[in-house]
Amino acid sequence: MRHATALRIGPIGFRIGSAWLAPITTLNDLYRDYPKPEDGIPDFNVHLFAARPWRRVLRPSVHIGGDFVIPDAAPLPLAQGLLAAEMAMNLQMALGQRRYLLLHASAVARDGQALLMTGLSGAGKSTLAALLMARGWRLMGDEFALLDPVTGLVHAFPRLISLKNQAIAVMERALPDARFGPLLRGTPKGDIRHLVPDTRAIATMAEPAEPRLILFPSYGFAAAEREVLPSETFVRLTQASTNYVALAERGFDALTRLVRSVPARALDYPDTATALAQVERLWDAA
Amino acid sequence: MNARILADALRDPASTATLDAQGWTALFAIARAEQLIGTLAHRLDGLPMPRAAARLLEDARASAAQGRAAALWEAEMARRALGPSGMPVVLLKGTAYVAAGLSAGAGRSIGDLDILVPRERIEEAEALLLAAGWEWVKPDPYDDLYYRRWMHELPPLIHRERDRMIDVHHTILPLTARIAPDAAALIADSELLANGLRVLNPADRIVHAAAHLFADGDLAGGMRNLWDIHCLIEEGAEGLAARAAQHGLTAAVRRAARQVRRLYGTTIDAAWHGWDAADPLFQRRMLARDGWGRPTARVTRLAFYLRGHAMRMPPAMLARHLWTKWRKGARSA
Repeated sequence: MRHATALRIGPIGFRIGSAWLAPITTLNDLYRDYPKPEDGIPDFNVHLFAARPWRRVLRPSVHIGGDFVIPDAAPLPLAQGLLAAEMAMNLQMALGQRRYLLLHASAVARDGQALLMTGLSGAGKSTLAALLMARGWRLMGDEFALLDPVTGLVHAFPRLISLKNQAIAVMERALPDARFGPLLRGTPKGDIRHLVPDTRAIATMAEPAEPRLILFPSYGFAAAEREVLPSETFVRLTQASTNYVALAERGFDALTRLVRSVPARALDYPDTATALAQVERLWDAA
Repeated sequence: MNARILADALRDPASTATLDAQGWTALFAIARAEQLIGTLAHRLDGLPMPRAAARLLEDARASAAQGRAAALWEAEMARRALGPSGMPVVLLKGTAYVAAGLSAGAGRSIGDLDILVPRERIEEAEALLLAAGWEWVKPDPYDDLYYRRWMHELPPLIHRERDRMIDVHHTILPLTARIAPDAAALIADSELLANGLRVLNPADRIVHAAAHLFADGDLAGGMRNLWDIHCLIEEGAEGLAARAAQHGLTAAVRRAARQVRRLYGTTIDAAWHGWDAADPLFQRRMLARDGWGRPTARVTRLAFYLRGHAMRMPPAMLARHLWTKWRKGARSA
């Protein structure tokens, strides 16, 4: 690989190699406060490469690969190289992570205890996590929560927060002094802009937290809350996990323990201000 | 940089003491690419190493243990489907190694379930598997007919609930290949396991692994196959020469022996030492990886790809086959 960098997000080390300099420069800038992989040995390798040698220069398009690959990951234009790198890191986690049960969820913490929010794409878990961070919660991640099958604790994975479409303007207003990545227009998921987690999220990313509350937010409905039974939470979380099957008995035990010990609520909300008030109230009641 | 770093770590685990962070990083990337990370994890278990390396290998061991359980369960499912018919069912490759408790099975990555049944009962086996929930993967009539006429196995089947593939063989090389192993002897001389399934006898296991690597295909997965052969030979190779000759696979077995001796330091019969003119090319193909685990030596790889196809079928048939495949590809694109 012509260009490379290495960084650590939560407990996970990555080495990212690229045929182009630009994505590495952007990563080095946005991840400048992140540590290097422990002992200099990454958990996963990420490759950003051109399908044919001339495609490095001519109509450059970025293919993603690494230790773990799926056959039909579509390439992205070079201008979206940062997105390609983020997607490739997520892919390594989704396909290769075996130490932690991966929950597709955003997570924030207060007083050493974690709030997990999971739901379909568009339910608002990234936005809510970023807004809670803006209000003083510790951000643990907006994509994956890492559940340790041995301890039952949740580990942080505070990569760049991926803001999409309307959420970009919302967060630019909420955090005017924060650091943002380049605005990426016309990606497969619309406009995307990455937000760098705050200093505290990065400084405390090695500290796990005890899960206290699980929320299933849904955007676009009248405000409502409903208790979710452990059985339903269990099923929903197996669907929200990319490695539940691969972890087999360890995954089953970890998830059973989580849903038995942590309350879960479904939360419908019409706007973010209402949602934040609902979250605070449910957190205090949990 | 090439995959020698992985061969050395497997051959002499203590040699990893000299690795720096970059060395460990390359070793793991290459081991993953060669699907040998679980094997490596078992070889290096208990040795002093950086904490990050130990943690990564611990995960690989857990992952391999889960893979082992899944493979044995799949074999048990095949036993339940085929056992009552009374036909001999011989496990092949990875599943056989773990089922028989062989050292080649330690940490080994296992994909599909491969079994061998008598050729005259293969249709019966297919019907029983279909009844038990397996279904055809390739709906294409050309592919289907091609498998049934010319291959050494049924078209691959996949289980609709467990999403696992089974390859049902009636011999160990395609019917189009020039070499025709003695399939009846493979089954007749196989060994019975406690659960009623069978595995090839020790010499045939080595012959099969060598045939798979050197007489069929383009050497993809070569380091893993050679590690299998190394372990199998170290566990006992009595009567190997005679058995290889009986199957017409002496050249493949001898090449395998030379390669494992060079790569992994396997103890082999002195009469089989030596290093022929093509051996360095085979080794170059085998070790063609960079420090990111990516394939290198494109020309060598292409040459072996073409060689693999040429060995599988006579030239006129190969041309017809590639033409048909190319037209299908062109139409669907």
